[in-house]
Amino acid sequence: MIAFLTSAIRLGMAFLFGSTGETITEKAGHLNLGIPGVMCVGASCGCLAGSIYYNAVDGNLNPFLAVIIPILATVIGGALMGLIYSFLTVTLRSNQNVTGLVLTTFGVGVSNYMIAQLDAVSFGKANIYFRASLPFAEKLGWFGKLFFSYGVFVYLAIAIAVATTIILSKTRIGLNLRAVGENPATADAAGINVSRYRYLATCIGCGIAGLGGLCFIMDYLGGNWEYMIDAIGWLAIALVIFTVWKPSLGIVGSIIFGGLYIASSYITGVSFALKEILKMLPYAVTVIVLIITSIRAKKESQPPQSLGLSYFREER
Amino acid sequence: MSEKRIALELRGVTKTFGEVVANKNVDLTLHHGEILAILGENGSGKTTLMNMIAGIYYPDEGHIYVDGEEANIRSPKDAFAYGVGMIHQHFKLVDVFSAADNIILGINDGTKYNKKEIAKKVSAIADKYGFHLEPGKKIHEMAVSEKQTVEIIKVLYRGAEILILDEPTAVLTPQETEKLFNVLRNMRDDGKSIIIITHKMHEVMSISDRVAVLRKGEHIATVETAKTTEAELADMMIGKKVSLNIERSEPKNPQRRLTVSNINSKNEDGISVLDNISFEVNSGEILGIAGIAGSGQRELLESIAGLYHLDSGSIVYVDPKTDKEENLRDKNPIQIRELGVRLSFVPEDRLGMGLVGNMDIIDNMMLRSYRRGHSAFLDRSKPRELAENIIKSLEVVTPDAHTPVRRLSGGNVQKVLVGREIAASPSLLMAAYPVRGLDINSSYMIYNLLNKQKESGVAVVFVGEDIDVLIDLCDRILVMNSGKITGIVDARTAKKEEIGLLMTKSTSIAEDEAAQKGGAVNG
Repeated sequence: MIAFLTSAIRLGMAFLFGSTGETITEKAGHLNLGIPGVMCVGASCGCLAGSIYYNAVDGNLNPFLAVIIPILATVIGGALMGLIYSFLTVTLRSNQNVTGLVLTTFGVGVSNYMIAQLDAVSFGKANIYFRASLPFAEKLGWFGKLFFSYGVFVYLAIAIAVATTIILSKTRIGLNLRAVGENPATADAAGINVSRYRYLATCIGCGIAGLGGLCFIMDYLGGNWEYMIDAIGWLAIALVIFTVWKPSLGIVGSIIFGGLYIASSYITGVSFALKEILKMLPYAVTVIVLIITSIRAKKESQPPQSLGLSYFREER
Repeated sequence: MSEKRIALELRGVTKTFGEVVANKNVDLTLHHGEILAILGENGSGKTTLMNMIAGIYYPDEGHIYVDGEEANIRSPKDAFAYGVGMIHQHFKLVDVFSAADNIILGINDGTKYNKKEIAKKVSAIADKYGFHLEPGKKIHEMAVSEKQTVEIIKVLYRGAEILILDEPTAVLTPQETEKLFNVLRNMRDDGKSIIIITHKMHEVMSISDRVAVLRKGEHIATVETAKTTEAELADMMIGKKVSLNIERSEPKNPQRRLTVSNINSKNEDGISVLDNISFEVNSGEILGIAGIAGSGQRELLESIAGLYHLDSGSIVYVDPKTDKEENLRDKNPIQIRELGVRLSFVPEDRLGMGLVGNMDIIDNMMLRSYRRGHSAFLDRSKPRELAENIIKSLEVVTPDAHTPVRRLSGGNVQKVLVGREIAASPSLLMAAYPVRGLDINSSYMIYNLLNKQKESGVAVVFVGEDIDVLIDLCDRILVMNSGKITGIVDARTAKKEEIGLLMTKSTSIAEDEAAQKGGAVNG
């Protein structure tokens, strides 16, 4: 049971990065369906940087640098994808759905290409540092296992989700950002620079989402590349809806998603077909959440009002 | 009065949009501690002028002075810096935010985002002027009047000394209006300067210290409210009658085609948009509908066409062939058509409701006739004939019938729409602002089309904004204000001033009669 939970949490954190990043982006009014692509590109940028570092020091990795270099590269890679998205949707006012889907296709392709150029050993070695847990975790039995046995990503993901929640609800920046996503015309009239907020929120959001990809590869898979980050990305977008645009709920939601996603491999004695159905559960749950929130029609649990809409000042 | 210091002064302000002159050489002064009403018809440039003071538009020519200093206002932010705040007709509020959050949105004064402190400050402002507001209440839970309060406090919070309100009473009940006026008087007594745009004459008389009248973008005069009368103001607003030489024939054999009795409708905010409307439309005549924009004309036509919900009353159509009567209320357009009612409607929103912009002329013709087809595939031969007919007879300027209508100019779009509606050989034709944005030749072509329909026995309802046109084209003119009928006059004998006065009057015919009866009893 403990093994199942820790595993669910570690996978869940990959979702959490993605959903926190997407929530920030959506709060600014950008429905970014490019998140799967962003996560792929982010992860492969991180792996590429890790690989370059590994070869530069001939395998003598400094634990701190081995962690921080891939993370920075991932954030930059993700943010660059966000920059492309913002440029297309804010500056060129193209359709957000189309742009997002293009970024996903583009991102998956680019990252596959990048990974094909690398040898897996060089970037995979760093995974032990990503997974290094606090030393006292072993001594605390099941409690330590459940709460302290994780690598840096788990704590980072939760810290970012908590910080995002606080910034969104307790600061003027968060208030302005939410106003931009709800009603950009009002924000504009109030003197808020709508374009700047949208650019920044999207780039930062994509940077964070990119970490989800790296988290999945380095922590959950232990340094082995697998061509399925985009599936994690789609679930991260579903998670945003599941958590009704609240990163704080995302912490719990991501663990539930992680658990549902891996449940099939922990349940024995069921058919292969049933396992595949189990894997589908996160999506089914999201649909149910959507139905419930739509029926209740509570204004606070609806998507930002201008989600998916480009804004430009009306001119006569 | 002349002792008072000048808060705001406009000198020679001109603004054009393309070829349209919205404001021409306007001079205006506003004193400290006064309420100035701006009066004018639709399109007289009131809102444009105010938008220039509030930083939405920038004047092409002329200067704006605030407290004697020249002000260069390029954005709403600049306007706030000069202490100018505008409350727009359409509120700019974030629905899911609380009142307080909306009020401080975008302000960066370096203080911490402390909800309690902000709520205190907001309440202090509200109490000072006699507003009632809960700072923590969400906008989407509020009634319109509360939202308006939030907008006003938002402006005051930013330290505005000059407040501009664009038709603030349009969305309010009479009681709410009275409350608002009391607050405005408190603000005036506190030394604030207030500009209020309104179409309702009695409100002008009751709230303002002075009235500035605009007509066709020009400033006609500013007078002291106490020294003028409603009739004088209406004269200034409407101007002299201009003859247009539109041919008009006597109605031939008029027969009742439509009887609207006592229809009422409230919108989602509980404001009455149609208030006890009753009238008749006869065959072979043009009934004009006059009124300030938003007085209920659109809702009236849409309710006849089966597009707008009614709370009570009836709309009875008389079939010209069988004399059978049909109640159209609570029927949708398809049901109305299935009843055999030949009703054509030229809505004011041409590309939104009338035509599909991305489809070509032929396909737009089919929108009205596709149900007649019997095979699985579309038969475009008849619509093509019709489209080509319209292009030829109405001189539509287009490369061919396959051009998407959104690529045509406004006048040509209108010709396509009117042509299609007339081709359906209606017995009742309703047209809302059919000449809006059209040049003179196209306008006359539309007038002639309407006249031809009338001569062939069609009952025509024409909603117009130019009173000169209404007087010269129509047989009878129905005047609306705030969802009520304030008068039905004979267009052949009506005076322009008379219509102007009716347009700004706020009591309906029924209420007048009731008042007279009451007076008789009392007497």
